[in-house]
Amino acid sequence: MEKIRVALIGNPNVGKSQVFNNLTGGRAHVGNWPGKTVEKKEGVCVHKGVEMQIIDLPGTYSLTARSIDELVARDFIVEEKPDIVIDIVDTSNLERNLYLTFQLLELEANIIIALNKQDVAKSLGYEIDAKELSKLLGVPVISTIATEKIGMEELKDAVIEAAKVKEKRREHTISYGKPYDEIILKIASILQKDKELSNKYPVRWLAIKILESDEEVLKLVSKSPVYEEMKLQLSEAKKILEEDVDTALAEKRYSIISEVILPKVFKGTRPLTLTDLLDKALLSKYLGIPIFLALWWALFRFTFDVSAPFQDLTHMLFSKLGEIANSHISDPQLASFVADGIFGGLGAVLTFLFPIFFLFLGLALLEDSGYLARAAFVMDRIMYKLGLHGRSFIPMLIGFGCNVPAIMATRTIDREEDRILTILVNPLMSCSARLPIYLLIASTVLGPYAAAGVYSMYILGIVLAILMALLFRRTIPYFKGKPSPLILELPLYAVPTMKSTLVHMWERGSLFLKKAGTIIFLGVIVVWLLSSYPWEAVHQGDTVVLENSYIATLGRFLEPIFRPLGFNWMAVVALFFGFIAKEIVVGTFATFFGLEESSEDLPTALRSSGTFTPLTGLAFMAFSLIYIPCIATIGVIYRETGSWKWTIFTVMYELTLAYVVAFIIVTFGRLIGFT
Amino acid sequence: MMATIPLAMLQENCEAVIVEVRGGMGLTRRLAEIGFTNGTRVKVLHSAPPGPMLVMVRGSRIALGKGVAMKIMVNPVEGI
Repeated sequence: MEKIRVALIGNPNVGKSQVFNNLTGGRAHVGNWPGKTVEKKEGVCVHKGVEMQIIDLPGTYSLTARSIDELVARDFIVEEKPDIVIDIVDTSNLERNLYLTFQLLELEANIIIALNKQDVAKSLGYEIDAKELSKLLGVPVISTIATEKIGMEELKDAVIEAAKVKEKRREHTISYGKPYDEIILKIASILQKDKELSNKYPVRWLAIKILESDEEVLKLVSKSPVYEEMKLQLSEAKKILEEDVDTALAEKRYSIISEVILPKVFKGTRPLTLTDLLDKALLSKYLGIPIFLALWWALFRFTFDVSAPFQDLTHMLFSKLGEIANSHISDPQLASFVADGIFGGLGAVLTFLFPIFFLFLGLALLEDSGYLARAAFVMDRIMYKLGLHGRSFIPMLIGFGCNVPAIMATRTIDREEDRILTILVNPLMSCSARLPIYLLIASTVLGPYAAAGVYSMYILGIVLAILMALLFRRTIPYFKGKPSPLILELPLYAVPTMKSTLVHMWERGSLFLKKAGTIIFLGVIVVWLLSSYPWEAVHQGDTVVLENSYIATLGRFLEPIFRPLGFNWMAVVALFFGFIAKEIVVGTFATFFGLEESSEDLPTALRSSGTFTPLTGLAFMAFSLIYIPCIATIGVIYRETGSWKWTIFTVMYELTLAYVVAFIIVTFGRLIGFT
Repeated sequence: MMATIPLAMLQENCEAVIVEVRGGMGLTRRLAEIGFTNGTRVKVLHSAPPGPMLVMVRGSRIALGKGVAMKIMVNPVEGI
């Protein structure tokens, strides 16, 4: 048998990616859907000698093609016609999940239902009769618990079985009652006459979508020779139908689910759950925000404290490697390149591997436990007042990990104006790449206040993001008006499994490793080259005169601009190269002090160089937080907004803001007596 | 029968039946798709005026901003 193409679909939070990982062994090829910025995940599964290509479709509640995610999922099923569509259904939330199933049935896709999260349903005190559900819907239904890999073999068997009968398309119809059924039939029979159309698409589905005034489908049909005839029929129908047909049809679908299907398959009761009890506290008007802040603080302490010993170890490893390189390579230029450039510069960046991984681990825990959506709830009132969409809060929290996925996560915000506004302020969320800078500078000059200093940067980022959103909302005509209000599902709380949390952490954390191996590596090489040459001028006998290097020339050229902030040329150059990737700021300092043969560790070397006072150090941290996003973020801003105008705007306002804020810190600090 | 009120006015732990969703095409459709259709029973799990509210609809917990909750008209269910 040839390769079977299997698409995975489901609502958000149904455990879709776990099913994907179970089927493919976690090995995914990640790319983009053609012409879209939506991530496309593909993997391979071999079962009983049959190869299956597994395609992960975006999580979606419906297939109305309103957001990019929905459109991608729908187009794939309609146009690419996968052999099998596995519809992953959350058993603990059957009613809402079956809505998507109904739409898939109408698309006449070859469906297998995976009734996932059986364990959750059971713990809530009820069961779903899979056999009965299968009989009612006329499709195979497999019970699964993806977190424990239960039901996966049965699922694969079902795929092979269902692929054999793919020629036999089920004629499953959902009755919408009078007068809809009759009208749908009439329109469908007109469309049937256009062979080109009816061979490619299920006509009944087209007819329903036309009644729902689906723009994409209307565009498709407008090219058909039977368009005029269809339009005539449609305007006839519109006379007798209610105004919003689509809402009426949604109502019909739900009433079939709740009145016909659920009573037959649902066994048990719905008691008050632990989720409701937890929500009483976590969503509380008075406790909600303090709990959120406390959790956040705990996350950061965890990140820093647990990773500190590991960080020391990595540091020791790289300095040892540097010494070995220095003593074993005879050519001084090559030795310096390996010891100062690679082990010094890149090594300094890599020592932050552990803090970054722990940060992602903490974020994964918050996300997988279901708390992240609660944070959006708790903050909604404030966010709304400040002109941001309540949903914006989730991309903002993801921004603490990395702004690139965070900006991509804004896609769940449906109104374009709200989405772009969220994108514009997202780089102010302090990503993990800034963390090394804070940790370095704070431990250099802030002494016992280091942790508080680092935490304050995160707060500063949030405050600035909110202020800027407010400012843009008030001053830029495009953003005028109120944000569209919050509609967000809060998933049940779940105890995250060790494995899924680790996978989650690795998925994000490994991007840092990849970045270190590519762009940061290149950046560090450039920094080493510019600071080591001209060789003779820099290396006078045994002493290194950094002031004679190309990089110092560049630094001194830029220095006057930054003099009011109290940054010397070294700091300026570090910032200059930091726009490639902010970790390079640290790499740059490390290269400098490595070249000068400083035997001290980086914070001590930086402290004794007198580059920063506590005040200018703090200003430098703030500047690093705010100024130009890194290249990758600029790229994703362009892709997601589709506009150079907004991209350049973001870069410009952030540069200006960084300068202003750093200036305020320095000036105000001096006024109250700091140096 | 109690009078029809916006969902936003419903007290915590109270239940009601949706009678009408007033809003633009887009909003009405979105709400319908996640289960807010006429005749559906909803329960307020959590309400923090003037902030958002958390309601149970068709077995799932949906957070609604106040603006949305004002547009969903309901008839409270008595005797709970």
